Amino acid sequence: MNIVVCVKYVPDAQADRTFSQDNTTDRTNVDGLLSELDEYAVEEALKLAEAGEGEVTVVTVGPDGAAEAIKKALQMGADKGVHVLDDAIHGSDAPATSLVLAEAVKKAAGGSPELVLMGLASTDGTMSVVPAMLAERLGLPQITQLSSLEIADGKVTGRRDSDAASDTLEAPLPAVVSVTDQINEPRYPSFKGIMAAKKKPVETWSLADLGVDAGQVGLESAWTKVESFTARPPREQGEIVTDEGDGGTKLAEFLAKAKLI
Amino acid sequence: MSAPNPALTKLLATDGLLEEDERDLAAVVRRFGDEKLRPHLAEWFEAGTVPARELAPELGKLGLLGMHLDGYGCAGSTATQYGLACLELEAADSGIRSLMSVQGSLAMTAIHKFGSEEQKQEWLPRMAAGEALGCFGLTEPDFGSDPAGMRTRARRDGDDWVLNGSKMWITNGPVADVAVVWAQTDDPSTSSGRGKIRGFVVPTDTPGFEATEIEHKLSLRASITGSLAFTDLRLPGDAVLPEVAGLRGPLSCLSEARFGILFGAMGAARECLEIALAYAESRKVFDKSLSGYQITQTKLADMAVELMKGTLLAIHLGRRKDAGAITNEQVSVGKLNNCREAIKIARECRTILAANGITLDYPVMRHANNLESVMTYEGTSEVHQLIIGQALTGESAFR
Repeated sequence: MNIVVCVKYVPDAQADRTFSQDNTTDRTNVDGLLSELDEYAVEEALKLAEAGEGEVTVVTVGPDGAAEAIKKALQMGADKGVHVLDDAIHGSDAPATSLVLAEAVKKAAGGSPELVLMGLASTDGTMSVVPAMLAERLGLPQITQLSSLEIADGKVTGRRDSDAASDTLEAPLPAVVSVTDQINEPRYPSFKGIMAAKKKPVETWSLADLGVDAGQVGLESAWTKVESFTARPPREQGEIVTDEGDGGTKLAEFLAKAKLI
Repeated sequence: MSAPNPALTKLLATDGLLEEDERDLAAVVRRFGDEKLRPHLAEWFEAGTVPARELAPELGKLGLLGMHLDGYGCAGSTATQYGLACLELEAADSGIRSLMSVQGSLAMTAIHKFGSEEQKQEWLPRMAAGEALGCFGLTEPDFGSDPAGMRTRARRDGDDWVLNGSKMWITNGPVADVAVVWAQTDDPSTSSGRGKIRGFVVPTDTPGFEATEIEHKLSLRASITGSLAFTDLRLPGDAVLPEVAGLRGPLSCLSEARFGILFGAMGAARECLEIALAYAESRKVFDKSLSGYQITQTKLADMAVELMKGTLLAIHLGRRKDAGAITNEQVSVGKLNNCREAIKIARECRTILAANGITLDYPVMRHANNLESVMTYEGTSEVHQLIIGQALTGESAFR
């Protein structure tokens, strides 16, 4: 089975993330990495490929640094990578990203892929909409947010857990599937994986290579944009309530003051 | 939990001396430490144990066990890569790095260097995967720095060998599947009746093998240490390591382990300094940060200087080793300096954390205590001083 995994290079969520002057995510002054939620999609693809015949191709759309995200996936065990790199993509929103991804996935798979795997959400935009948009553009069925996944008899089956119920969903292949962080435990790149990744093929494609018009993507064409932003105020020092026999009363007063009771 | 300190990283600037794959490897091992080790270390240390049998397969999957060896399921890394893995593991805890060192540098290296093809096939792939654990029996209750005096005897009985004696301070001993045991052989043709010291590959389920855990340690508590006793332990003739006779065998394995330690100790030191920097910044004393006081900055600066020197020394020796040019004396320089400075750094960091430093809520005193052992095993600081002294003067002053 040929599996394409779409991954994103995101600013490290542990670092102080901010926006650039044009109100897009600052991707140059903050260290980036493979979105941790995408590691679950990579792991699931590797497990499927290892269980049978198959090849795992990792596709990303992003700036120069996004090659790091591909490298990490290759170190984990993916077979090859595709990096869509074009200055015109800067500032693209989810619809534009899904347009570029759709063309890249088709080209990477040489037509229609058998399975496209994606993470629950990117850890920067956290919109969770790109899998659905990509499925629509590819004309494929979509099952999103799976916590378990099986492939058998030309179908993908899986469980989607919500607060009230767990649904078992099924779709014929090919399909676009997004997975949650409950589905597996992503492997660490092994030493051998790190060394092997250096020899794996990575192709870099421009919008022209994909036949996408630059006017359809980028900040100017975005359907949504960030108007302004404000840094989160620093966390205030906590208040320590000392219990001198009246701890309960003091605690109640504190909660009342905060209008919590 | 530690986090890389950007200012310290920038000051050290050692990343620029490393290849991309070396940095990637270090980052993976650090993350493994953050996710799989650091959350549990205080608990393991307090309990005086470590789930060695569960951790070994995970280290195996990472490719860290016997990683610098070639073939037989081993990863075939460079010495520098191996050193960096030691550094990142020891940043979490010296006990975890000890587990890896004893498995890879001592037990597996002995079999890889001196074993028969059958011994290699039988043990190395499983040990590289972490499915089988090994230990290395050289030190005895009465013979540490003078292993030549060992009392463990291997007597020939027909084709068999019969072992009697004991070993002490054996990391992984009580959980090992296989022990590489060094023993004095008999040779009636010599005037003393003594032959050469030989190595034996001893499955720990052999009758006559007994391992007892050493308790009440105040150091390397997240590591399993034991004593081994051999009572008329009968081995087939092919249990001997065929390719070496004499102390050169075990000592060459020790040199491998020492090399890992000279990197590892700098990991422990870096962890302590990162913690102390974060603590000094957040701790308010007389309404300002502890880090704003000259006396704190003096400490921090001196520690950063020693950390940088030691790390540079480690990388230098890594490159020397990869060039096939390193000498035992140079390994001694690294082991002596980096253990000595690491323990000083850990203790100094403890003073910055003051009372909080004495608890397991922070890793500094755990590291300081661990480093007492690290300074001692694989050659004490004094032994390394004598090795360096001999190299400089041509005179042996060991005895």
